[in-house]
Amino acid sequence: MTEATLFELSSPGRAGVTFPEPDVPHFDLPDESLLRDDLPLPELAEVDVVRHYTALSRYNYSVDTGFYPLGSCTMKYNPKINEDTCRLPGFLFTHPLQPIETVQGNLLLMYQLQEWLKEISGFAAVTLQPAAGAHGEFTGVLMMRAYHKARGDHKRVKMLIPDAAHGTNPASAGMLGMTVKVIPSDSRGNVDLDALKAECDDTVVGMMLTNPNTLGLFDENIEEVIRLVRDCGGLMYGDGANLNALLGIVRPGDLGFDVMHFNLHKTFAVPHGGGGPGSGPVGVSERLADFLPAPLVGILEEAEGETPPLYGFVTPKQTIGRMKAFHGHFGGGLVRAYTYIAMHGADGLKDVSQYAVLNANYLAARLRETYKIPFDRICMHEFVMEGRVEGTDVRALDISKRLMDYNFHPPTNYFPLIVREALMIEPTETENKDTLDRFADTLIKIAEESKTNPELVKTAPHTTPFGRMDEVKAARELVLCCWLPENYSNE
Amino acid sequence: MTYIPISPKERDAMLATIGVESLDALFQAVPAKYRFPQMNLPPALTEMEAASLLAEIASSNENTRGDLISFLGAGMYNHYIPSVVDHILRRGEFYTAYTPYQPEISQGTLQAIFEYQSLMTALTGMELSNASHYDGATAAAEAVNLAFANFRGKRRKVVISPTVHPQYRETIRTYTQGMELTLAGDDAAADLQAAPEALTPLIDVETALVIVQYPDFFGRIFDYTRLIEAAHAQGALVCVVANPTALALFKTPGAMGADIVVGEGQPLGLPMWFGGPSLGFFTTRKQYVHKMAGRLVGETVDSRGQRSYVLTLTAREQHIKREKATSNICTNQGLLALASAVYLSVVGKNGLKQVANLCYQKAHYAAEELSKIPGVGLCFPQPFFHEFAVCFPKPVAEINEHLLEHGIIGGYDLGQDYPALKDHALIAVTEMNTRDEIDMLVEVVKEVLS
Repeated sequence: MTEATLFELSSPGRAGVTFPEPDVPHFDLPDESLLRDDLPLPELAEVDVVRHYTALSRYNYSVDTGFYPLGSCTMKYNPKINEDTCRLPGFLFTHPLQPIETVQGNLLLMYQLQEWLKEISGFAAVTLQPAAGAHGEFTGVLMMRAYHKARGDHKRVKMLIPDAAHGTNPASAGMLGMTVKVIPSDSRGNVDLDALKAECDDTVVGMMLTNPNTLGLFDENIEEVIRLVRDCGGLMYGDGANLNALLGIVRPGDLGFDVMHFNLHKTFAVPHGGGGPGSGPVGVSERLADFLPAPLVGILEEAEGETPPLYGFVTPKQTIGRMKAFHGHFGGGLVRAYTYIAMHGADGLKDVSQYAVLNANYLAARLRETYKIPFDRICMHEFVMEGRVEGTDVRALDISKRLMDYNFHPPTNYFPLIVREALMIEPTETENKDTLDRFADTLIKIAEESKTNPELVKTAPHTTPFGRMDEVKAARELVLCCWLPENYSNE
Repeated sequence: MTYIPISPKERDAMLATIGVESLDALFQAVPAKYRFPQMNLPPALTEMEAASLLAEIASSNENTRGDLISFLGAGMYNHYIPSVVDHILRRGEFYTAYTPYQPEISQGTLQAIFEYQSLMTALTGMELSNASHYDGATAAAEAVNLAFANFRGKRRKVVISPTVHPQYRETIRTYTQGMELTLAGDDAAADLQAAPEALTPLIDVETALVIVQYPDFFGRIFDYTRLIEAAHAQGALVCVVANPTALALFKTPGAMGADIVVGEGQPLGLPMWFGGPSLGFFTTRKQYVHKMAGRLVGETVDSRGQRSYVLTLTAREQHIKREKATSNICTNQGLLALASAVYLSVVGKNGLKQVANLCYQKAHYAAEELSKIPGVGLCFPQPFFHEFAVCFPKPVAEINEHLLEHGIIGGYDLGQDYPALKDHALIAVTEMNTRDEIDMLVEVVKEVLS
């Protein structure tokens, strides 16, 4: 059962939304040589469009339809109130270049969110401009580079990155032509201190560390790691992808990190939108504050008596420049995150992280006898286990696909690369014990099936609307778009 | 309040299964002196209180649907968004899903993105599109990355027209800081009256990419065919930053021979949202597919022989290639690409032409009426789409202040970016502006200048 494409559904002369006739005198279009011949877009009625997209939506698995323990992605429940607040007309219909006097509400919201994120993370300053986590990382690495250059320290070219890191970390450093040095993990899943010491010299830009790391483990030597990097003149970058474990638990700024990006779409419940938009604000320590991208939101005139302060844009002294047009993912990102933080307060945020960690440890405890957890100690908000069953050739991929038959989204698989057949499980705090128990029971059952009926597991999924895809064919044939049929007549 | 669905009794049972005494006991690995910091945040609100607070903040803005009449564009435009767009976006199956890593249970997102890619190629006249970038400015910066990778770093010059959006040029400068590139042409003091071919002398065998905008920042329509031929003669690629609404009427950059066409997708059914999130579209030709950043959806079949879609050519991306990846980009603007696809499908071929024609007609009416005012004139003689530069005998700030008193947001002050365009404003007119609003703009300007 497949859904026809928009182009196949199109019929000449059919129309959806139409627009009024011009209410001004007619003006001729410019010379024909400047005009296009044909506009080969589909023609559909509104009901066709609604049925089409409703049909497509039903092929999707989502947080609203079930448990989505995709490690490192923090697929928590997205509160419905946020969908309403971000669509208030005062937010939807304001132009980014309007006079600041007419958008004081937006600027106040941005200013307070900057302050709140500082308070949550322990950093001295925050930019809201980056559009996503990877964009925030790129922002952070640009600032690290600018900091060393401003000090006349030109020989720093080496970025230290643990082997467990997200791929975006080396890619961000690579975009600036830095050399990436991979630091291995030790047997407890911490940064290997001897290997780190060996690389710490005066060519180090800094270190990009995810803590808790992608094994879901808080580095037991974090203070020593930071000391080593700072002692050689390097800066500490914190990948905030796993911040959902740390709210009210520890502030990266207090630990000595210099820069960190937030993923508002993970930690602060901005919905993932089928792959975006994200939102990736960046916090920095005092020594990087002058390098933040421009503009930030600041107070231009202090409050006086009954008059509220005047908010406006300010440019940091040694800014790296602008990361994108306008001011960041305001409506879809900042307003939702603001609503979420306002409703949680300090205690609520601490609850979020405590229950996220509780849920992960509970699942690990339920599964530890069935699946191997290679770095097995109290984890933070997620853990990684080996997706294989002794005495069978069932792989993590098969287990993932079989989970779909039981109406679960699979965990992240084959990441981090340092674990064989990795299955990375992040339940988040918004799942109840019944769901976690059903998920654990199912994984235990799949281990059983792998022994008694391995073919069933290796050919899964069976109950989903689609089976496994031929990915080789997709890459070889590269059919990347469709058009109106050749015999489509448009007049 | 929180969204945690675990009762105290369940919590205790779970702690017992784990074998720890309390929630706090789960955090022994965190250095004790930094553990459980105080955070100075306002007290938690209930949903009712939060709804009221946010409504109050939002209403302290003056918006462009009811509070103010707007003639501001400069990269974001006040267009009508058909109701159906947001109804589709509000389906939880779309907005609470993530990147379609598991295609068996993500065909909704995958087919929608495949169709988005198709619609964008139809609009731009190009051969393929990716699943989107953050916005128009970052899409333009990614075009530099593509060109740089295409010549394996051997060509280190990028020529940028000064009539590309100032914020796009600034973003490109930020993105390329570590690449040891020369940026030529990026000069706000250049002769802005010059034809696009004035860039030709800057293009040489060192040039990887030439970037122009269509319509340009001042709203002008140029046929870039000759410039593109000149660039190709030197072996350079050409990127055109295009406005998607304009492409309903005007010759496509694809037909002019462009190698890359990018742009801001916001006019296609997205709210202005004080600047974002929006969507950067990125289209190119087949031969550059392996050098392109961002996600790509391709057609295939599943194990049951059904037509289906997957993320393809993922080996270009950061999670496989790490520091050798074409870009660090990870998310796309999935939901907003969906919004644009819904918009394009519901307005369709004729609706989009209507929108573009309304913009054109009304902008030309506004330009004609404004230029009848003594001392006011159009800055450029060339054809334009829905935005035009007009010069005033007084500072733009002064005029805009008066307009605001009458509930009108005036044009963008071009003097901020271009010294030669002191006292010039960039006026945008869309289908949302009525004749009465345009007449009112003209009246107030007259009044200010009299």
